[in-house]
Amino acid sequence: MKKALNIIPVITLMLFAALLIQPKMASAESDLFYTYTYDYWKLERESPDAYAVDSVSFGNDFKIGHFNNPEGMYIRDNMLYICDTGNNRVVQLKYENDKYSFVREIRDINNNGKTESIVTPYDIYVTSSGEMYIADYGNLRIVHTDSNLNVLGEIYKPEDEETLDADFQFHPQKLVVDTAGRIFVQAENVNKGFMEFENDGEFVGYVGAADVQFDFVDYFKKLISTKAQRDQMEAFVPTEYNNIALDSEGFIYATLGTFESDSVESAKPIRKLNAKGTDILIRNGYFEPIGDVNYANGGGYNGPSKFCDVTVLDNDCYYCLDMNRRRVFGYDFQGNLLYAFGGIGYREGSFKYPVAIGHMGDSLFILDKDLGSITKLTLTEYGKLINEALDTYKIGDYDSSADYWRQVLKLNGNYDLAYIGIGRALLRQDKFEEAMEYFKLKLDYKNYSKAYKLYRKEWIEDHIAYIFTIIVILIVVVFIKNTVQNIRREVNEE
Amino acid sequence: MKNITKSSVKAWFNHFGKTLKYSLHCIVSPFDGFWDLTHEKRGSIGAANFLVIMTILTTIWKYRYTSFVFIRVQWEHFNILLNICTFLLPFFIWVLSNWCLTTLFDGKGNLKDIYMGSAYALAPYVLIQLPMIVVSNFVTYEEGAFYTYFLSFSMIWCGFLFLASVMQIHDFTFGKAIFSILCILVGMLVIVFLLVLFFSLFSDAIAYFISLYKEISYRFY
Repeated sequence: MKKALNIIPVITLMLFAALLIQPKMASAESDLFYTYTYDYWKLERESPDAYAVDSVSFGNDFKIGHFNNPEGMYIRDNMLYICDTGNNRVVQLKYENDKYSFVREIRDINNNGKTESIVTPYDIYVTSSGEMYIADYGNLRIVHTDSNLNVLGEIYKPEDEETLDADFQFHPQKLVVDTAGRIFVQAENVNKGFMEFENDGEFVGYVGAADVQFDFVDYFKKLISTKAQRDQMEAFVPTEYNNIALDSEGFIYATLGTFESDSVESAKPIRKLNAKGTDILIRNGYFEPIGDVNYANGGGYNGPSKFCDVTVLDNDCYYCLDMNRRRVFGYDFQGNLLYAFGGIGYREGSFKYPVAIGHMGDSLFILDKDLGSITKLTLTEYGKLINEALDTYKIGDYDSSADYWRQVLKLNGNYDLAYIGIGRALLRQDKFEEAMEYFKLKLDYKNYSKAYKLYRKEWIEDHIAYIFTIIVILIVVVFIKNTVQNIRREVNEE
Repeated sequence: MKNITKSSVKAWFNHFGKTLKYSLHCIVSPFDGFWDLTHEKRGSIGAANFLVIMTILTTIWKYRYTSFVFIRVQWEHFNILLNICTFLLPFFIWVLSNWCLTTLFDGKGNLKDIYMGSAYALAPYVLIQLPMIVVSNFVTYEEGAFYTYFLSFSMIWCGFLFLASVMQIHDFTFGKAIFSILCILVGMLVIVFLLVLFFSLFSDAIAYFISLYKEISYRFY
């Protein structure tokens, strides 16, 4: 009995010790975040996380109240400008030393001594000198202010009877300003492209009018229907852009969210526009940059990806935000899908209603309208390797590019781009045969053809002597055979 | 039953070789060739079978050995039987439909002639596509126009030979041949429809007996 009692403290001690040993939480946490790519056959291939959630912040964290349906976000250097649309304000935050700090709240602007307030701001653009352009949606205008909120100019509905009806309401939603001070605006119910304004606010015209989605069956239907029926039908209208962003060189990246589900590829949901408004996006990947190429309809989420925002990193990789399945799709400058991640939910790394994406360096910031949250994502080791490989290839350092791709392969053997990347680097190093092997492995027939063409040329140049010898020998053999036959015949005839 | 002797085998192979070689003449001068094929007994069923088998093999080899620059196959989803059937079934339905309808249109050919003529018309497919499999491995994507040109050329040639075979074997005029080909195509659809109907009824009937058996067996156990 006494012995048995002695055991009790031992057992209690052991129980306490067991409490101290906690299961590792981190590994379980990262599993919630699903990153994938597609292979040639449109099969989803799981991939290591390229971006990991660093932090999720809410308006309350800065003692300024929750964000109420924020619509837009702009990031310049280490400043974040969040259009807190429902609260009629723009919140400026500073991100420094892995911490956000509250800078100021923009509610009122000084218009020549008169104080005006902004109503439901949808978007903001800040120039390098700190001048701000605010899409003052509720006041039907765009306000241009200096960094101290003194109004420098205002843009109202342009006087243009040809393209704008008298009852048209100018609701600017998204805007960017290029280095020359031209303002590109996506306004509600404008389907002729982006409205372009001069530096001084003068309306110039439209750029990048999206093509009309044209269907022959619809056209035929229209042809045979009566006028009353025709009025009932939807008009052939060009589709409407839904967001706009600038890359480091000043090209416009535009996203398009309204198209028929079965015409994603022809709709070109992401475009890069030059000054003339033509689409110059490079699309060299297995698939067009359209988001998900293979998707199921179910759970209330149907149809293809619908992009609602895009951000372009300094290395020309661009990240598109899919508002349909709440995912982020990363593409390199050639239009190859680097990785996709995200999802629907309340967890970290999932989104309820993401509306805007921005970047600071190579970290991504995603603004969620429903949750009023800013999610910061940072590159993981794997993501860094991919970026390094792309960057070194771009500057012509093919040796190290191949090395980086080999390291990526160690982390993800299913990564097609790594094989092709190694192949491309080998091709530049004139190792055609090895390059062909890598391209063949991942069915990249265009690059394979390039490598093969050079290989074939090299082979023929190396073996030209043998080829000629064989041809000469053949000719001689045929000649001898003929003469022998002729002689025989002559002999026989005699 | 004839005895199989060494000389008879040799004679058969001789005849086979000669009739097979005749297909080369057939495809370059089809009007002359298809007439003699049946009327002068210059063709043989053996050679026709050989051509059909070669066509099947060509379609399969095409998938297997063509450079991936032109054809990429997801082997997990590749069904060789389905592949054979997609050629063989339409071919035999064509022959059958051809025979059914041309009999009504006073065609001269019997089933054997029609089969032989149709099989000989496949010769360009084998003759062009088989070498093109090899060639495809030595050309690049940019030179692909050359490759696809030859492929479509072989198909057009075959189509033309099919027309010629209908004309010559049944002794039709050009207009009548075109008309009968259209009818044959419609007839093929009818045959397919009947086959589907037959199979669905048949499977229903089998299902009926299976359920009957089940009911009875439940009674006893």
